[in-house]
Order: sequence, then structure tokens, then C-alpha cells
Amino acid sequence: MSSVASLVNLTKFYDLGSVVVKALRGVSLEIPEGDFIAIMGSSGSGKSTLLNLLGALDRPTEGQYILNGRDTSQMSDNELSIVRNSDIGFIFQSFNLITQYTVLENIEVPLLYRTGYPPISARDRNRCIDVANQVGLGDRLDHRPFQLSGGQQQRVAIARALINDPAIIMADEPTGNLDSKTEEEIIQILTDLNNEGRTIIMVTHENSVARRTKRQVFMKDGLIAGEGIFPG
Amino acid sequence: MSLSRFLRTLQLALKSVMLHKLRSGLTMLGIVFGVFSVIAMLAIGEGASSQAQKQVLELGATNIIVRSVKPPDETSSSSSGGGQSFVLRYGLTRKDLEVISETIPSVMGVVPVRELTQEVRHQQYTLNARVVGSTPEYLEMNHLGMEQGRFLTDHDLEEMANVVVLAHETARILFPFENPIGQPVQIASRAYRVIGVTQDRTASAAIGGSLSGQDYNKDVYMPLFTLQTRLNTGDLFIRRTQGSFSAVSVVYDQITLKVGDKNGLTDDRDLVIPTAEVVRETIRNLHGEGTNDFSVVVPLELLKQADQIRKIFNIVLGSIAAISLIVGGIGIMNIMLATVTERTREIGIRRALGARRRDIIQQFLTETIVLSGTGGLIGIMMGLLTPAAFVGIKWFVDAYVMDQTTGRSDLGRLFSDMEPQVAMWSLPVAFGVSVAIGVIFGTYPARAAARLDPIEALRHE
Ligand SMILES: Nc1ncnc2c1ncn2[C@@H]1O[C@H](COP(=O)(O)OP(=O)(O)OP(=O)(O)O)[C@@H](O)[C@H]1O
Ligand SMILES: [Mg+2]
Repeated sequence: MSSVASLVNLTKFYDLGSVVVKALRGVSLEIPEGDFIAIMGSSGSGKSTLLNLLGALDRPTEGQYILNGRDTSQMSDNELSIVRNSDIGFIFQSFNLITQYTVLENIEVPLLYRTGYPPISARDRNRCIDVANQVGLGDRLDHRPFQLSGGQQQRVAIARALINDPAIIMADEPTGNLDSKTEEEIIQILTDLNNEGRTIIMVTHENSVARRTKRQVFMKDGLIAGEGIFPG
Repeated sequence: MSLSRFLRTLQLALKSVMLHKLRSGLTMLGIVFGVFSVIAMLAIGEGASSQAQKQVLELGATNIIVRSVKPPDETSSSSSGGGQSFVLRYGLTRKDLEVISETIPSVMGVVPVRELTQEVRHQQYTLNARVVGSTPEYLEMNHLGMEQGRFLTDHDLEEMANVVVLAHETARILFPFENPIGQPVQIASRAYRVIGVTQDRTASAAIGGSLSGQDYNKDVYMPLFTLQTRLNTGDLFIRRTQGSFSAVSVVYDQITLKVGDKNGLTDDRDLVIPTAEVVRETIRNLHGEGTNDFSVVVPLELLKQADQIRKIFNIVLGSIAAISLIVGGIGIMNIMLATVTERTREIGIRRALGARRRDIIQQFLTETIVLSGTGGLIGIMMGLLTPAAFVGIKWFVDAYVMDQTTGRSDLGRLFSDMEPQVAMWSLPVAFGVSVAIGVIFGTYPARAAARLDPIEALRHE
């Protein structure tokens, strides 16, 4: 199984003038294609920082992050944007939908920023509808986010993350704002996607959620403290 | 940027603008009124200048008008004869006329005028008319036309014929029911035969204050020599009664000169101002140094003055416009900065989904331009309504603010004299300026939006 992404001794320091916050202090990790990873750890241990680096939202202070065979640690802001658009799908805890857009329009947003800016074709539109159907929102295309429940909003976000067919899906506490029944639905969708072969990295606090993934990574003080299938 | 992408960006911007209709509308107001006032003011200026042009053409662009002026006090005038004589002599003489027409080559034609206000009567109808004594060329020189009959001829002049030509309005008052041709009118107890009636001609308003407006419609024209002999006003008669009573002696009230090149080599208009200088000099030499008993009016100079005034007007206007547009631009910038803060989260989302910095810049810049451009278009449409609005204002003023005695109030005259004409060039310019305002004042907020760190923007709120 080939690696989609690999981290080599990744560090991230925040220089706040008086103190330097060492959010990541040397993280190495291999992410094979089709993996489903849960990143766990206490608050402030560096989970979100790691996920932001993996999602090409930020550059590491030191170390390498190789995504799809390319080192992103030295990329320009423009190049990182392109990587985010074509290789990464984001799912956030607070959904982060654009409130004035409909479900369909929200799913289309990543299509607006494709390289070369091709117009949105009828085929693209059909794909949006397919993805919406896949997450069970086929009958809600014209609704606005405020007309949807939290679980439904997160499904829109999942559809949006899928639309550009990314190499990895990044999910930062995707069920943090949801009740347990809805949580189960969302986790089921992610599991199904993983079963179809998608690589997923998810930050979570819930053991019950982590247990559904293939692999768990425990963070502590900016380092990986342990790894492996959750013993139970 | 491809067309489809441009349209998409535009669509996105329109959507954002339409999302907050009231806010967008209020944001545009500065530009709307800025553009509207510029177009309206330019229209008024344009109208005024084309009116001035028309008036100058009526006076004759190649004419020079020399008028007699009563000196301000006795000392500057010359008295003839001994101490008993109080004949005040000033103004243009027969000699002036001869010297000018014979020594200045660019003077092609000379029309002397002597005018008096006299009661003119036909049966029970009377009128205080301006009786103008002149030569046959008067008709053409003043761009008058004949309605019926004929104008004065050289024959009338030489024969000192007792004939008159009535202006349109004069004829209407004195002959309400009859055809005036061949009928007699009485002026100072003598009878004159009507030989013609001139066409209706609207009054030409005063330009630059140096030439009073002339209402050609209440005139009576008669041969110059007839007037000078019969109406007891020429220099001939005053001199004979010298010493017995004080009198005023003026030979001509006005001499109109037509300027041209006999060889047709130079543009006639180029000769007008140098010729006017020579005329001034010539008369000053004839009248003696320091006399102020004549004035030279050059319609072409008036046109230049009007142009000068319009230029100053445009500069002042341009400054006001610039200020109001800058204020409008600052208003837009202010709102856009607030919008960027308000939409920080949205910016973060777009960045996370792959929007580059320049995509964000384009989005917010387009939004600003849509605001300022739409404001400009609304201002242009309002500006186009200016002439129509003036019709309404005139109607209102005529209907409600009219002065009963004069038939027109000062306010009414002010408005009726204005004929705004929208300057077509000002429309694309106004639109271009509005768009430019959007670019200038939208760049900073758009850059501020693009500078945001995606992670921090996502964490906003
Ligand atoms: N922009 C920043 N500037 C300074 N310090 C930061 C910044 N972002 C994160 N940190 C610090 O880095 C450390 C790791 O933060 P991070 O958000 O990755 O934690 P986390 O594991 O996601 O915690 P939580 O479970 O609460 O979300 C924390 O100490 C945090 O204060
Ligand atoms: Mg976190």
C-alpha cells in the first residue's frame, strides 16, 4: 500500500514574543492510501495544529510534509491554495457553511476555485447532485443552512469535501457539535467513504468514535505519544 | 480572466450586494448624488453656453458694435459755443462713421443707428415704441426677416421718404384688425406710411452685462435721414437752437460694423478683434484723449468671455464633483471594511476550500465596483431626467410664483432662461469615474480580506 502522505519530524512553533509555544515538537507519521486515522489527545496537545498542517492551511516551522509525492513545507500561499482545492477535503466541527448559499451552492464552492477556473458544467452540476444524494440530502438542494439540522449541515460539509475528489479528507471533531444519534449517522457516512477507499484523518475526543477507525494516534504535548489499534 | 469566470465573479458580487439591499442602497447614495449633480450641473452649464453662443450669433459673430455713451459727468464732455450754450455733445459723429468706413480696410459694411422712444399712433391705438432710424443694411445685420411688405431701401433713405417698417409686435398692437401695409401711423404729429412688417423675433438677453437685451418686437424702423430731419433730434437741429436752451446732441446711438477680408484670404473671425482695436484707437483719436463717450462691444469677445466663464464654472464644478465622489468613495470603503470583518468566517471557508488571495481580492473588489458602478448608473439616469425636471420646475414657477404686474417673477425668469442640455460625453465619463472610485476605494478592503490568515479567519466569531 503506497503512502498518500508522510510527515517527517514536523515541528510548529508559535513565537509570541515573550514565549515560544511549541505546538508540535517533532511529529513523524506515514499515512497509507485508504487509511482511517483518529487523532486523539487532551486539549492543547496539538491535534488541531497537526490537522491544519496536514490540510495545507499552514506551513510547518521545520520538517517535511509530503503529500501525493510533493513537499508542501516550502510551498507558496498560492500553491498551498491549489493543494487545498484539489487534494484536501475539510470537515469542521462548526460545519462552516456559507450562510447565504443554498445546499447546492455550498457544495459547488470548491468548483469555483479549480485550477484554470473552468466554468461549472452540467456534468459538474450532476456530480454535485450525486454527492448530495450520497449523503442523503438529494431533496434539500435548495435549502439554506439555517433551514437544516446540525447533522444535515454536516452532511452538506461532507458533500462539499467530496466534490473535488480529494486525496485526503480532514475532519476536526466532526461530531463535536452533534448528539449521539446524529454522531452515529455521520460516523457511518465516513466509514462508508473509507470503505470505498477514501483516506480520512479525524480529530476526536470520543473513544466511541475513535473505536470506529482503523488506527488511533495519541498526541501529548506536541508529540505522538502512542499509536495502534485501540485496545478496547 | 475568462468571460465565464468574470460573469461568475460578477454574479457572486451581485448576489452579495442584493443580500443587504438597504445597506447597499445607502452605501451607493454618495456616488448616486455625486454623479447626478455633476451631470445636472454640466447640463445647465452646457445649456447656458449654447444659449450664449446662439445670442452671439444673433448679434453677429463678425460684427463690431460701437455705441454712444453719455459721459458720467459734465467735465469730461465738451461744450460748444460760449458760456450760454448748454448743448451737451457726445457720442458718435458723422465724421467717425466716414473715417472708419474709409480708412479701415477690414470694415466691409457700416450701419449707423439713431434711436428714440416716441409715441406711435394709429387711430385710437398707441404704443411707446423705439423708433430706429437706420439704413437698408440694418435688416441683414440684425438677422431680421420680413413678414410682409418690404424693408427700407436706399431710395427711401436718399429721398428721406416718410415711410416706416413696423416690428411684429408693434404691428399687432397698432393694427389689431387691419393689414398695416399702406396705412398711415402718426409719430410726433407727422404721418408715415407703413411699407412692411418684420418677422417675430424673441428678445436677445443681455450678455456679459455690456449690451442690454434688445427686444426687436416693439420697434419702428424709418430711414435714418428721415428720422434725423423730421424728428428734430439730429445734430443739424440742435445746433440752430444753440444757446437758447440746453439740449443733448448725439448723431448716432450706435454704429454696427461688419468685418471681413475683401480678398477672402483670412477667416473673417480672426479679423474681428484686431479690427475692434483699430476702431477703438481711431475713435479715441477723433474724440480726443481721455474721452469716454463711446463703447465698443465685440460679440465674439463676449463669446470668448462666456467660454472663459464656462471654463471657470467647470473647474469649480469639477472640484465639487471630485469632493463629493471622494466622500462617496470613502463611504463605500467604510462599508466594505465592515463587510470584510463581518464576513471573516466566509473568507476563511473560501480560503480553506482553495480560494487564492487574488480570488478574494477579486471578489471584494468586484463587489465594491458593483456598488459604485450601480450608484453611477442610477446617478446617470437621474441626470438624464434633468431637462425634464426643469420643464416641471418651470411649469411650477410659472403657475405659482408668477408676479402679477410684470407677468414673470425674477425666479421665473431665472429658470426660463435655463435650458439644460445633457452633455453626452459626460455619461460614459461619469460611469468610468464611478467604476474608478470602486477600484480606488475597494482595493484596500479587498487586500485586507485577502491578507487574513485562513486558520484565524476560520476561528473568527
Ligand atoms: N495561532 C496560535 N498562536 C499561538 N499559539 C497557538 C496557536 N494555535 C495553537 N496554539 C497553541 O498550540 C497548542 C496546541 O493547540 P491545538 O489547537 O493544536 O490543540 P488541540 O489539541 O486541538 O486542543 P483542543 O482539543 O482543545 O482542540 C496550544 O497550546 C495552543 O495554545
Ligand atoms: Mg482542536
